[in-house]
Amino acid sequence: MGVAANSHVVIISINLPSPTKSGLLSDTPMLFYSFFKTQVGQQVTIELKNDLAIQGTLESVDQFLNFKLKDIKVVDEERYPHMMSVKNCFIRGSVVRYVQLSPPTVDTALLQDAARREAQSTQQMQQQNKPAVAAA
Amino acid sequence: MSFVPQFFTTAESLVDSLDKKLLVVLRDGRKIIGILRSYDQFANLVLQDSLERIYVGDAYGDIERGVFIIRGENVVLLGEIDGDTEDALPLRQLPIEDILQMQREEAEEKARKDRLRFQLLHKQGFSVDFTDTDLY
Repeated sequence: MGVAANSHVVIISINLPSPTKSGLLSDTPMLFYSFFKTQVGQQVTIELKNDLAIQGTLESVDQFLNFKLKDIKVVDEERYPHMMSVKNCFIRGSVVRYVQLSPPTVDTALLQDAARREAQSTQQMQQQNKPAVAAA
Repeated sequence: MSFVPQFFTTAESLVDSLDKKLLVVLRDGRKIIGILRSYDQFANLVLQDSLERIYVGDAYGDIERGVFIIRGENVVLLGEIDGDTEDALPLRQLPIEDILQMQREEAEEKARKDRLRFQLLHKQGFSVDFTDTDLY
């Protein structure tokens, strides 16, 4: 019983981010979430896996990369009559194929740098976690 | 637990859609219209007084579906329906029997065309095991 309870605690501490750590979910890669947050208010076009492409103003994004768009316009409107009465929509992150952004709003150098740093810190994190897993 | 609010940001983005009439597009292409009563972080949804709306060309038909519980993974998008534009749409409503008949004919026509196209492609040496019924 005691052993089972202990191993349960260990599993939780590995899989779930600790609330005491600084930043939002610091051991989950959140770079693109942060990036898309900087795009809020911009005009974007989101292409879905069913080929539906929707243009609109990005209203919000969450950690699953679900998007909310305002004042939407469907790119190929005649093919999708059901979208004509929709003005605002929520798109589930799992069905998104592409997000088209306007180039001036994206600092690619900064993004590349951030991606590199995140990869590095993830690596460090994994190395730090290794002894803990072995001990468990 | 204190990490829950950080995880649960889908809540933030859907809370203002509660008790509103929404159009939900599902992965199999179905369109459901209903009042959003509840949801969670996976975008599992509960819709009340729901209708399934079938579109064929510029016509549509409705099937009453009552309370609809949707597993989140099947959701493509949720759209808020704008009442004013909805009334002014260049679409006509037909009895559901007619729409189902039209839908059947459309599907048969498409299957016939696909068969022809696949035969031609196959003769040219292309792989034709692709279908567009489930793209996800």
